[in-house]
Amino acid sequence: MIQYFADGIIAGATIALGAIGLTLTYNILRFANFAHGEFLTFGAYFALLFAGFFASAQTIGPLTFGWGFLVAVAAALVLTALLALVLDRLLFRPLRRSDVIVTLVIASFGASLMLRNVVVFLWGSRPEYYSRNIAVSSEILPGVRMSADELFVVALTAALMLALHLFLTRTSLGRSMRAVSDDPSLARVAGIDVQAVIRWTWIIGAGLAAVAGILFGLTVQISSEMGFNLILPMFAAAILGGIGSIYGAVLGGLIIGLAQEMSVPLIGAAYKPAVAFLLMFAILLVYPKGILGDRT
Amino acid sequence: MSEPALAVRDVVAGYVPEVDILRGVGLEVREREIVTVLGPNGAGKSTLMKTIAGLVPVRSGSIRMFGEDLVDVPAHRMVSRGLAYVPQTGNVFARLSVQENLEIGAAARGARDGFEEDLDRMYQLFPRLAERRRQAAGTLSGGERQMVAVARALMSRPRVLMLDEPSAGLSPLLVGIVFAKVREVRELGLTILVVEQNARAALAISDRGYVLAEGRDRIEGDAQALLENPEVGELYLGARRALA
Repeated sequence: MIQYFADGIIAGATIALGAIGLTLTYNILRFANFAHGEFLTFGAYFALLFAGFFASAQTIGPLTFGWGFLVAVAAALVLTALLALVLDRLLFRPLRRSDVIVTLVIASFGASLMLRNVVVFLWGSRPEYYSRNIAVSSEILPGVRMSADELFVVALTAALMLALHLFLTRTSLGRSMRAVSDDPSLARVAGIDVQAVIRWTWIIGAGLAAVAGILFGLTVQISSEMGFNLILPMFAAAILGGIGSIYGAVLGGLIIGLAQEMSVPLIGAAYKPAVAFLLMFAILLVYPKGILGDRT
Repeated sequence: MSEPALAVRDVVAGYVPEVDILRGVGLEVREREIVTVLGPNGAGKSTLMKTIAGLVPVRSGSIRMFGEDLVDVPAHRMVSRGLAYVPQTGNVFARLSVQENLEIGAAARGARDGFEEDLDRMYQLFPRLAERRRQAAGTLSGGERQMVAVARALMSRPRVLMLDEPSAGLSPLLVGIVFAKVREVRELGLTILVVEQNARAALAISDRGYVLAEGRDRIEGDAQALLENPEVGELYLGARRALA
């Protein structure tokens, strides 16, 4: 059982990182962006592309990748953020003027389909892996086996969340982002450049999504469908935690990840997504605002 | 004579095309004056403030602050120009702490010099806020929130301060306190434009006032003269007529 718990933490880390971006864009732009999953997919494929350029035979310790891969991660993060900015400029920003939220949601659905097909066109539909090296698991705690890559995933996620927390509470831009998510029109009269804050929201949300996609690719596999398969658990996590709440998204991601993995010995792996939704429905019936709703 | 702090001339403005809320408003606020804008509901008082603050497109007319044209200045640049605006509702960042609300006011100014002094001055002016500096602004009482909103505006070191119904939703006791604070704020060297439903309380601390009706300025005069003007009662308080 404890092994499933560990697996749940790893799955939850990916979902949580993705859900942060989802909740950020929801909170500041007020729409559910279904194309967010494709930021994970693109992040993973961009990293695959750059990993080819910066391939290094030498791996870091017991990990399956070398320093070149970390450079590829950084480059993929930048490109994915750029992709989000372009998408916002060409698609979402013109539609935001219409004030009809449904238009944005449907447009994001369309963008999701289109981007998924671009991935298939560019990279094919065959699943890929970053490395042919075998990630060897070893017993890190009694009854818990984890590979070095999986430990890396958990550590990087924790570090990113801490960094995001410090950014939001200690920096002027982070404070402005929270102010805009609180009340965009007041933010404007209080002298905050809301357009600039929106751009940073995309950069940070898509950047974290790219990392989430890469980490998923590292521990599972890279495929054109990965983002689409993860979007629903990510929504479940964001809603579970209280949509708009960053800490809620993290908590929701971990809960969804744990619930999915721990249900495996009981009902089998095929029903994992159903567990996420049952949990989401249950929480929404009891706490309609989510666990940490109405707080940041 | 020096340039007026705020000069609004023949302004026509509205939220959506073809529908004018302001249909030719003019008013003037001289430096270090407190001026109140009165008027019945729907007269365009709040719209006037939003228009000056850059939130409502101006179709014609001019708005100048110390001679500088404000039309077409984006709303988020008004603060750095020296104009601070406190909306009637939703005027604090509810999920941010009191101190963070004030920091946002200061950040809009661009420079960070004198931040600590400004903060101390605000906590002197509103001692209640000092006790609650770490608390989320949304958890405060209505009066305290109003203080946060005014303090946030003052942290940007404005030359002109606009207050939209600072007494809305407050108990009569708090209304008195808020208006006394407005007078104190003027002593910091500010020019203040107030929009109010509570005509008596507002005129009591004002130098002059305007009465707005149907998107136009109808009456202008000294605060005392307006208080005694029967026509003001008629335009502003329809119900008063029956009593008189």
